[in-house]
This record gives sequence, structure tokens and C-alpha cells, in this order.
Amino acid sequence: MNNEKSKYLIEGSQGKWEVVIGLEVHAQVTSKSKLFSGSSTTFGADPNTQVSLVDSAFPGMLPVINKHCVEQAVKTGLGINAQINSYSVFDRKNYFYADLPQGYQISQFKNPIVGEGEITLDLKTGTKKIGIERLHLEQDAGKSIHDLDPSNTFVDLNRSGIALMEIVSKPDLRSPDEVSAYVKKLRSIMRYLETCDGNMQEGSLRADVNVSVRKEGDQKLGTRCEIKNVNSIKYMQMAIEHESKRQVELLESGVSIVQETRLFDTKKNETRSMRSKEDAHDYRYFPDPDLLPLILDKDLIEKIKKNLPELPDQKKERFIKNYSLSSYEANVLVSEKEVAAYFEEVIKIADKKLSINWIIGDLFASLNEKNISISESPIKAKQMASLISSISSGLISGRAAKEVFEVMKESGGDPVKIIEEKGLKQKSDPKELENLINKILEENKDKVQQYKSGKDKLFGFFVGQVMKVSGGTANPQLVNDILKNKLK
Amino acid sequence: MSDITNNSLTEIVELIKKKEIKSEEVTTAYINNIKKGKKLNSFISESFDIALKKSQIFDANPNFDSLLPGIPLAVKDLFCTNGVRTTAGSKMLENFVPNYESTVTANLWSEGAFLLGKLNCDEYAMGSSNETSFFGNVMNPVKENTVPGGSSGGSASALAANMTPATIGTDTGGSIRQPASFTGTVGLKPTYGLCSRWGIVAFASSLDQAGPMAKTVSDCALMLEAMSGFDPKDSTSINRKKENYSKKLTKNIKGLKIGIPKEYRVEGMPNEIEEIWEKGKKILKEEGAEIIDISLPHTEYALPTYYIVAPAEASSNLARYDGVKYGFRSSNGSNLIEMYENTRSEGFGDEVKRRILIGTYVLSSGYYDAYYLKAQKVRQLIKNDFDNAFIKVDAILTPSTPSAAFKIGEKKDDPISMYLNDIFTVPANLAGIPAISVPAGSDKNNLPLGLQLIGKPLGEQTLLNLALSIESKSNFTQNISKWWEK
Amino acid sequence: MLIDKDKIKHTAKLARISLEEKQIDSLSKDLSNIFNFIEKLSNINTDKVNPLTSILDQGLRTREDKVTDGEIRDKILENSPSKNEEFFIVPKVIE
Repeated sequence: MNNEKSKYLIEGSQGKWEVVIGLEVHAQVTSKSKLFSGSSTTFGADPNTQVSLVDSAFPGMLPVINKHCVEQAVKTGLGINAQINSYSVFDRKNYFYADLPQGYQISQFKNPIVGEGEITLDLKTGTKKIGIERLHLEQDAGKSIHDLDPSNTFVDLNRSGIALMEIVSKPDLRSPDEVSAYVKKLRSIMRYLETCDGNMQEGSLRADVNVSVRKEGDQKLGTRCEIKNVNSIKYMQMAIEHESKRQVELLESGVSIVQETRLFDTKKNETRSMRSKEDAHDYRYFPDPDLLPLILDKDLIEKIKKNLPELPDQKKERFIKNYSLSSYEANVLVSEKEVAAYFEEVIKIADKKLSINWIIGDLFASLNEKNISISESPIKAKQMASLISSISSGLISGRAAKEVFEVMKESGGDPVKIIEEKGLKQKSDPKELENLINKILEENKDKVQQYKSGKDKLFGFFVGQVMKVSGGTANPQLVNDILKNKLK
Repeated sequence: MSDITNNSLTEIVELIKKKEIKSEEVTTAYINNIKKGKKLNSFISESFDIALKKSQIFDANPNFDSLLPGIPLAVKDLFCTNGVRTTAGSKMLENFVPNYESTVTANLWSEGAFLLGKLNCDEYAMGSSNETSFFGNVMNPVKENTVPGGSSGGSASALAANMTPATIGTDTGGSIRQPASFTGTVGLKPTYGLCSRWGIVAFASSLDQAGPMAKTVSDCALMLEAMSGFDPKDSTSINRKKENYSKKLTKNIKGLKIGIPKEYRVEGMPNEIEEIWEKGKKILKEEGAEIIDISLPHTEYALPTYYIVAPAEASSNLARYDGVKYGFRSSNGSNLIEMYENTRSEGFGDEVKRRILIGTYVLSSGYYDAYYLKAQKVRQLIKNDFDNAFIKVDAILTPSTPSAAFKIGEKKDDPISMYLNDIFTVPANLAGIPAISVPAGSDKNNLPLGLQLIGKPLGEQTLLNLALSIESKSNFTQNISKWWEK
Repeated sequence: MLIDKDKIKHTAKLARISLEEKQIDSLSKDLSNIFNFIEKLSNINTDKVNPLTSILDQGLRTREDKVTDGEIRDKILENSPSKNEEFFIVPKVIE
């Protein structure tokens, strides 16, 4: 595979430019209660009902850390092959905003809980390792709602204090496609570990995208701009495309890039400067005196390591080895833990090759159509296996199976029952088929004559007629064999 | 009938337990004193009706198994009290009524006591004379127009004037010990983490500690026992079994080694301070302790260190006062930033603003290393000094303050002169170790002078015992005429 | 150490406190004096010293992942100077 040909480059008026991207992903930790308070984290609750005195920063309130959130961060760190720091510190990041009740966010600055790591992407051009700088825990902010009132902003603190993992990549990404693959891989790993549900629509996963450009071949990094709070992969890609072009245009016209924070306007498909960026946001980080340093027991880290589930990369390798899958097939099947589990459940009984095709083809198509996940599929793994097995056993033909599938995809059900109800059982009794065929041949003597004198295409006609008369249930292979025999 | 409010807390508890007096009588007596004492301005809020009701409820069904049965107590207005206005001495919280109770006050109420009122203090506990309160200056009952000390000035004043049998304050740089010294009362700052900070309006989180203020050392021990204890809601709370300070209180200090740090002898120290220090040494020696000269080499850096660390933490702790969730909001400001700026400008007093600016500056980009980080390193050195000293001694004796109480207004325009009041008290806060101030004598103007004992971490019992020893031998008498009632 | 008026203005902006001119003047004077006093610290060599990270000799205590709080909206909102039944209300930020 020639990597050079498929490199993502911006064609400027003065040459080719490379895009350098780093991502800061904010992932909401899956936990029952918040990072430093006992309020619930459920999405979609009535405003300000999941808020405690601590969350709303009343005088005298103090933080107490949630053990589970710490473990989730460690788990994630192990999942991205990173160094776990047994000593880490929580710092205050000081700034003022309506949805930040304390006037500071508890985060980690100099001593994060997780250090350097890396993840491997499967790209069309081959695999690529993306370095990760660090992962740290921090509080999420509340929500400011600007459009319910012309002159006022409404503040909902439900989200305030929910645990976030901030995962900072090294500037190793080079294209919108790589960014998409990176986010998907990261998301997949966290979903496997159940440390973040990765639900971008609900805001469980969002990213700040750092973009800079440089002339192709240059080693030095250009000045970057940060595009804040992008909450879908599609928007990330669009933002990168727009921003990199913007930077190339500026540089080619002799203007240097100002390092700044920008927002991606999804309606106008452009990035624009955030006016409230002033003062370079001096966050005045210092260790939070209400919290002592977090010291992780080596035994705890070992225990978590031991209990890690099989991760996507490992599962993919195992699938390729044990099931002789292609890299592509394995990739698709391991992208979601639930899909992999479904597949393995199905092939306990059903034929592997058929299962792959039915799952990746028909099943995925029906799930996409209904916009549901495999866990919500009306067709359970056992039923899918049963359907596929009925093809292998000859109970029904492939065509009939599609008909049964159409029923199952709406309302589930036992395929064997449906086959019975619809009378779709394949006719495989040679005698029965012979009678049918004889009848067809009898009724079409002229066509038989034509076939015998060379019109080979008419074979299909005969097959078709047999199928028609049998309601599609005649065993195609047998029909073929018997017809061939009779027409010799 | 003799005035019950002249008695110590311990005596009143005895009388109540012996059924020789009722809680309602006690409560009424204190309420009367408070009503006659407006001139002192030591109270910000009064909860007389509730207190009387509670005293009656107690009398109807008394439980004598608690430490403070039927005792009315006024507390510093920094402790959030459920349903009772809590102002922190500031306009910012002028009308703030918490719907929650601080852990420390809850501990007191669970031992049978109830709230009498909220005591005046320097705004957000920032001050050493109770002259920065939005609710006006407090007077020292010992002498008119004299400061009671700060920031727990209202607490010390009310205590000395018999308006509450005992009280609690907070101490970040000396705010319990210094007013105790100025008013001839006993004040203890416990080991950091011994008392919960939950529900106390935060000033400087790594330094703040709630502590007892009382007329006698025994009272102090009783109050400490009632208020202290592990709190799971405070991550800096020490998890250990409560100690019975009052039961273990003893005057026997034989064999204890007392360190005298040469660095506490500051240039220009008034003779009277030197004398009281000598008096303290003499008493302890006579009672069987061994006096040992020690050195705490980094003492001179304690005050500058404090005035970096405390404002830095305060600038962050006070960021929550933004007019959004509670408290004062300015009516000026057409957008969010203007609303913030005006609210905080109008809501905070000058000293608070000064400290927020200092704190913001020392944490800001380019200055963090030179100031905040540096101060935290020096703080470690100061702590090391004490750790080393406590290998050789069990406690350290120093004066509590560099002078007796000064006149109201005397130091107001000179912040540094004001800050120097804390020179002897600040090191213990920086090191997180306990310290007590016990009255030991008076100056030539009959203003009280206190002696400070600094102890090892969790060494409160030793401090109380040593203080008891000094108290029993110092011949200090409080000579307060109730001039404010005229 | 001179804390000039510009530094005061900038710091006040960070701290969201508005100041009048005469306040800026007196604060500049006060803070300059205070910082002269604090400058003393530059006399000590702290090269080999670690900053005090915690007064207590213990690591951070953790709590169980349980929902023990919340569902107290009335309590949360009741002290706000501006609110409705569901939200805190603040003036808009100029974007």
C-alpha cells in the first residue's frame, strides 16, 4: 500500500500543506454518583434536581472523591496502554462562569492520574499508533441555557460535578479520517471497559480539536488553534477541513496564525474566534487544599489489570486467529463489545461464513434502518443462529430465509415457527421435486426443445417455473441436479 | 442570687446536672446580659426565642448524659447554622440563611447545647481586631474603645462579658488565640483535621481550624471534646477515636520538656511581653517541667509565608460569591461579567478585596513559582523546624501576642502593622499543629496578656494540662466592670 | 516590589472585582508595601525543598459510588437572588 499517495494534504496556491491535529477528548465517566458529591449522574433529569449543596458550592461545602471514578480512570488508562501514576494531585482551575458554581473547576494539572499511553488505529492505509499524552479526572460544568429568555441565561447544575476523563493525545493525527478512527477506537475501548458509554448525542463524549498546518516535509509544528467542544465526529472532520484551509490561506497570504480558541459553527460550517477569550484565561492552577494527594495502592492497580475484559485489539487478534476472519471482518465485529458477543453466540451453533454475512449484511442494515443497537435488536442471537442453521440444514432455502428475516426484524420470534406458519419449508424430497419438474417440462415441451437445441439460457426459465410453482420452497440445488439430469 | 453568668461552663454544667439550676434560668440570664451589652456589638444575630424554647424543652425532659446539657451557646458567625442567618461578617452574606448545619455546631447540639446567637467577626475571618466587619467594630469588654482582637473578636468579647458561657471560633493565623489573649480568656486551635471544616465559611482551607474559646482551661477541654471528631464529609478530617480531654485533664506536668524558641524574641518587643514569658517559664519549672532552649530557625519567614498562602487560598475560596446561587447580588450590571464585578465590589469590604487581589496575584501566570510555590516550600521548612524541635521537647512556650490589645482605629490604616499581630500565632497554623493561649497576666494598663503553648500533632491533652498548670499559678484575675451597661 | 496600577487593574479583572480610580491608587500602594514585606522569602534557598503537599500524613480518602444526595431543588434554589421554579437566572454573557 503506498502511503504517500493516500496522505491527506491541503493543496495551497504555493504548495502542499500537512495538517497536524491533537485531540483533547472529554469522556463522562460511567458512575452512579458524581466525582466529588453524592448526587446522581442520570442524563435528562429535571433541571437542578441532581444537585447537592456541594455541587452548588454553598459556603462551607467540601469535596469527597468517588472511589469508582478513580477506578474507572485507572481502567481506561490500562486500556490505552498507559502508565498509571500511583501519586496524583487535584488542582483548582480558577475562572468565572455562570455554570461553574465554585468559581473553579477541580481538575488535575501537573500530576495526572494517568501518564503516557498509545492506541493503534486500523486505517485503510494500514495500522498507525497514536500517542497519548495523559489522562486526568476533572469535574464537568453545569449547563447555561441562553435561548429561553432574551436577556437572561438560565443555569442548570445537574451536570456540574459529574466526573470527566480528559484524554489528551499527542499531535500525531494527520487527517479527518484519522481523527474519526481515533475517536471511534477510543470510544470502543471505553465502551468495552464500561468506563464511558461514548454517547455523543447525550454529551458523554466531546472533544477540543487542536489544528495547525505546516508545509509538507516540515518538521517544526505550526501555531495551533483550538476548536472547542465539538460533539460529533462529523463536525470534527468538517471543522478540521475548514480550519486547516483557513490557516493555509492566511499563511500563504503572509499573515501569521494567532494562537486562539475558536468555536465550530455547525450551521455556517466555519470556525470563528471566541471573543471572550481575553486574558489568555489565566487559570491560576494550584493544588486543591480541600483534597489530599491521591495515592493508589499497587495492589489495586494489579487487581484492576487482572480483571480487565478482553479489549478490542485482543479480541480482533483472537477472532482472526480462531475464526479465520479477515482483518476487515474482525474489525467490524469487534467494534462493539455487544456485536462481538452476539457473533460468538451465533457461531456456537451456526455456520461461521453464513453468520458473518448475515450479521454484517442483513442484520446491520436492519439495525441502521431502525437506528437501534444490537442489544435492542428484535432478533436475539439464538434466533439468528437458528435461522442460519435452518439454511445450512436445508430446512429452508437462502431466499426463504430472507423472507423469514423480514418478519423477525420487526417482531423477533422463533424462525422455526415462522417457517412453519408461512409454509416455507424447503422441498427436498427428490420424488416430490421430480414430479413437479416433470409437470413443468410437460407443460413447456416447446421450450424443452429449444433448450435441447442450444438455448442454454432457458435453464433459468425452468428453474424459475419450479420455484414459482413450489412457492419458492423447492431446494434449488436438487432442482438444478434433477433438471440437469432430465434435460440431458 | 449570685449571677450564674459569672460561673465557668464546667460549673454551670455541674449545677444543671445536680438540678440546682434550670436551663431556662441560665438561658434567661445570658439573654439579659446580651440585651444590656449592645455597646460591645459582639452579636450579629440573636436567636433568643428559639433558645428559650429549647431551654424549656430541655427542662421538661432533661438528658444529663451529654457533655453540655441545656447549655445555651453563641457561636462565631462563620459557622453555618440551619435556619439562622450566617453572615461571615460580610455584606455579601448579609441575608443568607443556610438550610444546613455545620458539623461542629451539630456536634455541640447533639451534646445537649443549643444556639443563643451568632457572634461578630472580621469579614470572612480576615483581620486581627474585628474592625473589618460589615456589621461594625466590636469592643473589648476589658476596656472601652479597645479592640478585642480578631477575627473571632465577637466570640472573645461576648465570652469575656459573660454573654455566653463558652463559644467556638476559627483560627487561620491566630484568630482564636490572639483575641483570647486580648480579652483574658482561653482559646485553643486544634491540630489541623481534628475538627471538621464542613459547613464553616472557608477562608484558607489548609489553615482554617475551628476551636473552643472559654473562660477556663477545663471549659476549653469540655468544649473541645464536644466539638471535635471525624467527619466523612471533610476529606481533611482525621479518622481517629475521640479523646476525653476533660476526664484526662491534670495539673501534673512533671517531667514534660518545654522548648523556648529564641527566634520568638523579636526586636522591639515590649518588656511586659518578655516578663510574662519569664513568668510562664518560672511557673512551669516550679511545677516540675524542664525548660529547654530550642531554635526554630525559619520563624521570621512564617508571616510572609502566611500572607502568600492564606490570600491565595482565600482568593479561590471566595470565588463562589458571585451573586448567582445565594447572597448579595448587585443591581448594577447589564451582563454577566458586570454583574460579577459589581456584586463582588459592592459585597466585599476593603480588607477582603486586598487579600483577594494579593491571592490572585501570587497565583497568576508568571508569579506562581516565585510566590506560591516558594511559600509552600518555606512552609515545609517551618514544619520541619517543629518536627525537629518535638524530638527534644513536648511543647513550646511563647507569648501569644507581641502586645496587649490596642485602641480601635490605631492600626487600621497600616495593614502590615495589623498583620504583625499574628507573628507568634501563624507558625502553628502553617505547620498544622495545635496551640493554646492562656491568660497569664496584665500589662501596666491592666490589659490582659496571654501565653501560648504549641504542641505536637494531636498533642491537645498535653497543651491543656500545661495551660491548666499556668492558669492555676498565674494569679491572673479578670477585672471587668460592666461599663457597657451604663 | 512595585505593584503598579496596571497590575492592579489586570488582577482585579481576573478576580472579577470592579475598582474605582482612587481605589486602584490606594491598592497599588498597599499591595506594593505588602509585597515588599513578602519579598523576604527570596532570601531563603529552597532549591532542595519539596513544597508542602499536605499537612496530614494520609492519602486522599475515598467514598463509595452511591447516590446519597440531590433531589432537593427547592433547597438549592431558595437562597438565589434570581431564580424561577427550575433554574438559577443570570444576565446574559456578551458573546
